[in-house]
Amino acid sequence: MDFNLTPEEEAFRDEVCAFLDENLPPEPERDEMFPLRWSQLVREKGWVGFSWPKEVGGGGATLMEQAILKQELASRRAPPLGTCIMGLAWVGPAIIQYGTQEQKDLFIEDILDSKYQWCTGYSEPDIGSDLAALQCKGVRRGDHYVVTGQKIWTSLAQWAKWMILLVRTDSGGEKKHDGITCLLVEMDSPGIEVAPIANMSKQPFFAEVFFNDVEVPVGNRLGEEGQGWQITIGALANERSGISEVSGLLWELDLLKKLVREVQIGGRPASEDSRVRRRVAEFETRIAAMRFNGMRYLTKQIRGEPLGSETSVNKLHTAHLEKYMAEFAIELEGSYGCLAPGSSHAVERGRWQKEALGWCTAVIGGGTPNIQKNIIAERILGLPHD
Amino acid sequence: MNFGFSEEQQIFRSAVRKFLDSNAPLEEVRRIMESPDGYSPTLWEEMASMGWLGLLVPEEHGGADLGWIDLSIVLDECGRSLFPSPLIASTLAVLALKENGSEEQQARWLPGIADGSQLFSPAILEASDILGPGGVQLTGLAESGGIVLRGEKFFVLDATVATHFVVAYRSGEDPEDIGLAVVDRASDGLEVEDTPSIDATKRIGRLVLDGVRISEDRVLASGSRKGWSAVVRLLDHAAAAVTAEAIGAAEGGHALIVGYAKQRTQFGSLIGRFQGVKHPLADMYVDIESFKSLLYYAAWCLDESPDEAPLYVSMAKAYASDAFTRIGIDGIELHGALGYTWEYDAQLYLKRSKWVKSAYGGSDHHYDRVATLGGL
Repeated sequence: MDFNLTPEEEAFRDEVCAFLDENLPPEPERDEMFPLRWSQLVREKGWVGFSWPKEVGGGGATLMEQAILKQELASRRAPPLGTCIMGLAWVGPAIIQYGTQEQKDLFIEDILDSKYQWCTGYSEPDIGSDLAALQCKGVRRGDHYVVTGQKIWTSLAQWAKWMILLVRTDSGGEKKHDGITCLLVEMDSPGIEVAPIANMSKQPFFAEVFFNDVEVPVGNRLGEEGQGWQITIGALANERSGISEVSGLLWELDLLKKLVREVQIGGRPASEDSRVRRRVAEFETRIAAMRFNGMRYLTKQIRGEPLGSETSVNKLHTAHLEKYMAEFAIELEGSYGCLAPGSSHAVERGRWQKEALGWCTAVIGGGTPNIQKNIIAERILGLPHD
Repeated sequence: MNFGFSEEQQIFRSAVRKFLDSNAPLEEVRRIMESPDGYSPTLWEEMASMGWLGLLVPEEHGGADLGWIDLSIVLDECGRSLFPSPLIASTLAVLALKENGSEEQQARWLPGIADGSQLFSPAILEASDILGPGGVQLTGLAESGGIVLRGEKFFVLDATVATHFVVAYRSGEDPEDIGLAVVDRASDGLEVEDTPSIDATKRIGRLVLDGVRISEDRVLASGSRKGWSAVVRLLDHAAAAVTAEAIGAAEGGHALIVGYAKQRTQFGSLIGRFQGVKHPLADMYVDIESFKSLLYYAAWCLDESPDEAPLYVSMAKAYASDAFTRIGIDGIELHGALGYTWEYDAQLYLKRSKWVKSAYGGSDHHYDRVATLGGL
């Protein structure tokens, strides 16, 4: 056990810091055009797709290098490394792992360049947490699959050029997981209709997507027929290490402490209130636990042991912190807590109110807390399936 | 960066486990905890011969000179067995002697601790239970070439079986003027009272020192601010030790409940299938994993990064105190009436959780310290 970085790791971190010192101004000094300049810079630097193999144009980085880079970027509030959010997070890794050479040639470079958006067709109106029961149908007809059905809660659907889609190609099999196939579908294909849904902040970030006899070439199937579930589990697993969330949460915690130092409770500084002090300390402790859990999991991965369901632990911590840190801040604001973001007297222009209405993507996407608990109970503790 | 155990440490852990499994199954633990001394001198001798008692003792004084991570592995496993032994008391005394004693003092006492012939225990807290300099009011007055100690000590681990105590005493008027001295059990004016703990696998006692005279060469650190900082180090190590044991104990208690949920049928179904049962069990897993990570990081800090140690020890102890408390309570509840019986083992874990939350600061104390260290 040794928590110091090795000389090589140290050297890599210094290199990262030097680059960031030179190229990443502090948040208030970044103008509107900065994110675009930033994406070009980091693309040239080789940090986009940093973990992907060099053969496909990625950075070929070790796990430790990835973790160091992620931490440094997050602690300085760097913009994302590219705007193709889902492409970089899981579509790219899935194509690299399961795609044909043609698919890699067609998609990977565009994803690295963030040329367009991808969306993800998983959930259906009656199918949410029990994803493997999905019903949207794909019927093989010659060298096409004909897709009929509906998806919902599809983030970015109205802007995406491509979708990674799960369909049922076989409903006769014994296990529902085996009849699922993964298709890559162009969003302007005839028969696709997109109906945006406003979230609670009135932003149309997700949508319903209808498929009426949409023809998808067999060449756009990812992996084998029936391999869709396996691909999906692998792809979701890519985003669960939890270490990169820590720096962002520490940033939030600092802002929360700043608020605690500024407000009063009953004429006394809130920072002297024992209940307030305890709450903040609990948040800080949970974030530290996430950091060290993440380090244990990372060590396991580096030793070549596969990471399993234990990553649900940090997912649950993230969910707790996302929900309750903002909630606690609002409580500290007293009557001001209910002022809408943008209200003339809202504290810090309503930043905590935005957080308190905006955690849903992080908490619900990729499996709600109840699902994470089922995963732990069934796959780690060996309790019976419900 | 590497947050994993080395191969030697993994082998060491299995050896510890094997010893405890064959020598201290829970029936044996129950027998030991109900014996007058509350520990097994035979097993204690074996622990000495396996080197556990001298784990932190420098090689030249008969020990293995290993670190707090290695010790935490032993404590973790002892906790899993709820194994009653004075190992924490003895190890904390080693630490006090090693960090504050002269070469001569270390040579005088450490070999006897490592070989198990002497049993030392630290005596720090008093009736006020204040975990700060004000908590040490027992006086040590210089008198003709020696020091006379007068006062009381509470919550002294394994007090009735110890041969020596490392006593914290007030050496001057400045709040931080605190000294540490080694006092023989057999000293004139020293009385020891057993104060039974809820957890019968843990023995604690009270000392009354009514004019106990000791010679100067028994004093470890005195008359300077160093005295209090030495006591803080001791309290941090104590909290870490209790938390290390809490890992194994909580995992043991958790395994008992999970096992029951897998075989108990009600309403025509295994109860482990109900989300009202399985979700709390998952929450417990999350908590144990998390305070385990915090504790092992804290243990590393105690040896390698002392400035960070207070923060992470307090985080680990605070988290573990609350989490294990819930595991103890829910463990009883999920077993129904069975969990309420003397014969069933769930009660043993519940009682250990009461020990863990009380010893060396509960979650209120430690979270408040985290807030202070975090800048509030």
